[in-house]
Amino acid sequence: MPHWLQLMLDSLAPLLWAGLVFTVPLTLLSFAFGLSLGFLTALARLYGPRPLVAVARFYVWIIRGTPLLVQLFVIFYGLPSVGILLDAFPAALIGFTLNVGAYSSEIVRAVIASIPKGQWEASYSIGMSWWQALRRTVLPQAARTAVPPLSNTFISLVKDTSLAAAVTVPELFQAAQRIVATTYEPLIIYIEAALIYLALSSVLSVLQDRLERRLARSSGLSPEGA
Amino acid sequence: MIRLADIEKSFDGQKVLKRVSLAVREGSVTALIGPSGSGKSTLLRCVNLLEIPEAGELVIGEAAVRFTGRALDREAVRRIRRQTGMMFQNFQLFPHRTALGNVMESLVVVLKWPEDKARARALELLEKVGLAHKVDAWPAQLSGGQQQRVAIARALASSPSVLLCDEPTSALDPELSLEVVEVLAQLAREGTTMLIATHDLRLAARVAQDAMLLDAGEVVESGPAAQLFACPRHERTARFIATLGHPVIAV
Ligand SMILES: Nc1ncnc2c1ncn2[C@@H]1O[C@H](COP(=O)(O)OP(=O)(O)O)[C@@H](O)[C@H]1O
Ligand SMILES: [Mg+2]
Repeated sequence: MPHWLQLMLDSLAPLLWAGLVFTVPLTLLSFAFGLSLGFLTALARLYGPRPLVAVARFYVWIIRGTPLLVQLFVIFYGLPSVGILLDAFPAALIGFTLNVGAYSSEIVRAVIASIPKGQWEASYSIGMSWWQALRRTVLPQAARTAVPPLSNTFISLVKDTSLAAAVTVPELFQAAQRIVATTYEPLIIYIEAALIYLALSSVLSVLQDRLERRLARSSGLSPEGA
Repeated sequence: MIRLADIEKSFDGQKVLKRVSLAVREGSVTALIGPSGSGKSTLLRCVNLLEIPEAGELVIGEAAVRFTGRALDREAVRRIRRQTGMMFQNFQLFPHRTALGNVMESLVVVLKWPEDKARARALELLEKVGLAHKVDAWPAQLSGGQQQRVAIARALASSPSVLLCDEPTSALDPELSLEVVEVLAQLAREGTTMLIATHDLRLAARVAQDAMLLDAGEVVESGPAAQLFACPRHERTARFIATLGHPVIAV
């Protein structure tokens, strides 16, 4: 067996383990929390009272206008100096959640705003309240248009979690760094790590494709026509 | 019986409805005609409170609202909407629900009927509008005429006391509009109270007993439809009717 293959096989288990225990949970949790935050932020910006609109805009402005790595450093290394001490994983989780929240709020806001006014009016005309119209008529339609851009956010997130290595989370990329430190084989090990990220995002792409097809079927449109 | 008294509505300081009054007897049909921009849609939308007038009064059966320029309480809006059904020019079916789902929606979500009872009622209505064979179709798979008939069934599902129709045939080819006219005529014969904004004299003459001409937000003339179309009292009415081509007056 060639040396490089042997090396890859030897390091596969620790890399996959780090991915399974840290990268995947970090991704799933921060996407779930971030999407919820993004949804609330979008509603605040679209329908909230003026002070809330201002708060939501400020939040999105800060997060989108500053580097993710810097945000993570502020949370993990910066906050302790004002007495807020977080473990690495929760610090990263907060950072990624805030990040996903800001980006997804823009997507959610755009897709909700893109639903024609007539759909709201049709809902009101059959007696629905604002909340019922939102939940039963607007969101299901908005969800369909939101799938591709939100999938992009999700796939970016998988890759961005490698930044958590910089705030000491022992995730996939940090595991790779540790293996490199003992084997002195950066090319092989980092390529292997890259391949694992590639596999993860490819799985997500396939899931996205399936979801889009299913949503398209449930309105009598072919995926191409949707 | 629905009654509107001295309804005033403006957009951006522009008066769009000027002291408009109108009464529709129970079981009768009134056609609302008038040039584009005369305020027909706005008037219809005031009846189910999609627009809130600044002044005037609205009575539908037991429910009455007086407009004072202040916000209405939710309960008042709900009471009025429960008694009205509306059809839109471009149908506005819910594209993510089947024909059956569209009709069941108000029953299940608003009236909280159990699923099977709602389904039975929706099937009955779809059969009535001639779409028993299309209950599982998506709106995108239906012709314009079929979509508008689903919209009729949806609007009637919760048994409103008045059906508001905003140019129900104007987005349809003459051929397809005929099937919608048929259904509306049938409903009229059965005593459905309707208020129909339309440019379609064939529809108006076929379905309405009464008619009203709006121009620039004012009532120009109102009265029995046959008389208003055949020998209008006002010159503005005569001129407007002439622009629509020759009506076929049903006797
Ligand atoms: N939401 C709105 N905002 C501003 N102006 C409006 C709005 N809706 C209607 N209008 C105006 O009110 C007038 C009456 O419109 P409408 O009721 O749609 O007339 P019609 O249905 O008879 O064509 C028009 O001048 C139109 O431009
Ligand atoms: Mg109109």
